[in-house]
Amino acid sequence: MKTAHNKKWGDVIFRGITLAFALGILALFAAIVGNLWHESLPSIHKFGFSFLTSDAWNPVKDDFGAYIAIVGTLVSTLLAMLIAVPISIGVALFLAELAPEWMKAPFGTAIELLAAIPSIVYGMWRLFVLAPLMSDHVQPWLAEHFGFLPFFTGPAMGIGMLTAGLVLALMILPFIASVTRDVFLMVPQNLKEAAYGMGCTTWEVVRDIMIPYGKKGIAGAVFLGMGRALGETMAITFVIGNAYHLSWSLFAPGTSIASALANEFTEADSDIYLSSLVELGLVLFLITFIVLGIAQLWLKRGNQGGGR
Amino acid sequence: MKKMIFAAAMIAASAMSTAPLAQAAATITGAGATFPYPVYSQWAHDYNKETGVKLNYQSIGSGGGIKQIKAKTVDFGASDAPLKAAELDKFGLMQFPMIMGGVVPVVHIKGIKAGQLKLSASNLADIYLGKITKWNDARITANNKGLRLPAQDITVVHRSDGSGTTWIFTNYLTKISADWAKTLGNAKAVAWPVGLGGKGNEGVAAFVRKVNGSIGYVEYAYALQNHMASILLQNLNGTYVAPTSANFQAAAAGADWSHAKGYYMVLTNQPGATSWPITGASFILLYKTQAKPAQAKEVLKFYNWSYKNGAKAAEKLDYVPMPAAVADMVRATWKSVLKDKNGHAIWK
Repeated sequence: MKTAHNKKWGDVIFRGITLAFALGILALFAAIVGNLWHESLPSIHKFGFSFLTSDAWNPVKDDFGAYIAIVGTLVSTLLAMLIAVPISIGVALFLAELAPEWMKAPFGTAIELLAAIPSIVYGMWRLFVLAPLMSDHVQPWLAEHFGFLPFFTGPAMGIGMLTAGLVLALMILPFIASVTRDVFLMVPQNLKEAAYGMGCTTWEVVRDIMIPYGKKGIAGAVFLGMGRALGETMAITFVIGNAYHLSWSLFAPGTSIASALANEFTEADSDIYLSSLVELGLVLFLITFIVLGIAQLWLKRGNQGGGR
Repeated sequence: MKKMIFAAAMIAASAMSTAPLAQAAATITGAGATFPYPVYSQWAHDYNKETGVKLNYQSIGSGGGIKQIKAKTVDFGASDAPLKAAELDKFGLMQFPMIMGGVVPVVHIKGIKAGQLKLSASNLADIYLGKITKWNDARITANNKGLRLPAQDITVVHRSDGSGTTWIFTNYLTKISADWAKTLGNAKAVAWPVGLGGKGNEGVAAFVRKVNGSIGYVEYAYALQNHMASILLQNLNGTYVAPTSANFQAAAAGADWSHAKGYYMVLTNQPGATSWPITGASFILLYKTQAKPAQAKEVLKFYNWSYKNGAKAAEKLDYVPMPAAVADMVRATWKSVLKDKNGHAIWK
């Protein structure tokens, strides 16, 4: 019996294997960035920094800029977050704290099922069911009551930035909700009971105990959802309108980086066109990287203030 | 014992995996245009029944088809946009036309049925340029006396992906509108000044069906299958014509293929009283010098069979088959142009 010896060697091998896996991820990451960079070099050389600020997208004249697609990506994601975050936190609170016992399990499962629906199904459903609803009811109502704002003007087509933001919100909502619910469920019972014992209302317990306690977890859930919204492709392609125009109106069609890639990759026949599309991909990569980086920093700072 | 079973299984497996290899010559591969895909797959189905030869055609789009044939991953490429003779020479390719069809503007206006709305050539261009923005614009109503057109915004729908259909459509607009030619031009994707982009023919069809007050352009078959309201379009002779197989044929009839260098021929805006103005052909691309002559011969045999026996299937799917005279011309070109490595003709 050479157990001690075996154990030691086992540990070393195990450590080596896991290290290799971890390094493999890093190598993959570097390879992706390197490849994107290499493939987009022609476009980087031709357009330089102005690629990011130019609103041109003209395959005939080989003149490309990412500005409109970047704005579209950020605006649709921002819209989605504005809609999805409050609703999903509400859903999570209800399921974790307020719902009667018999409701919790089926509702929780239903939400997790929503998260598993493929995005193209959301896209189709949006196009065939929600887009007409938006154009016939929601958008005319918005235009009538809030038409003085530049965001709600123009023809109500049911296809455009607002619908894209809505579909994104709907897609990330189950993600955020189910993770947030788990976070709330982890709040120690004795903390809550102590608060109730001091005469707190449910609202006060939620506001002063549960949300501060779960802050980090909630933020994690939100950024998980945001990551998905930034890169979402098919659902957006169906409803955003795929037009390279900038407009203040959320009714107007726009485009996002991911939808532009989905649309144009197969038929990009000139080298500079293809290279510009790859550079768009690189830009999306960087945006995601920066957003998640900021999130990490913010979480670290927030962590010192309390919570877990 | 276990080892024996394993060995037996290995032999069986390798026998199975070599079986398809032996038949590999009986499968021809191609990639490209989506527009002729339905008819190519119908032909392939019929041809397979007769000869046992299989066609594996990937409808990835015209640009993709050109890319794949240049990369030599397929036996033939297919494109709705013909390559110019100079470009063919540069890559050592040859092309020939295989099938023709029409691109059809369709509208969705309350109360307007197929064949009711008349648009002049300049109307269509101005709508797509964003110069005409309302359906009751005087320039449109002037051609449509007696038709009640609403004071509604026009929602323009175009393709969001690069497409041979767009190539044919913008080729037409470039011919009829100096403004279009100057600012936008003719390509598989252009910098659309207005409108929504739908992915694929089905995407454009879906947007037009959903959005009231919209206009889009799709392949004829999509307009028919989706029961969409096509327009009457003014042709080069000044008459308003409907998109029908007969009118596509009329546009194709006048084409002088014998003088088209490298079969570079665009069928838009053709003369003739009943010619549908947005007609186009779809092309097959092959390497002039074939590394695998046997494989190339299978491709030629398939398309030769299709020229001969495919007309009926094509018409049933609302395409226009190539006239017999053009097919003969193409066969002659095969004979003179396609060679194996030693310079022997492949098609005899």
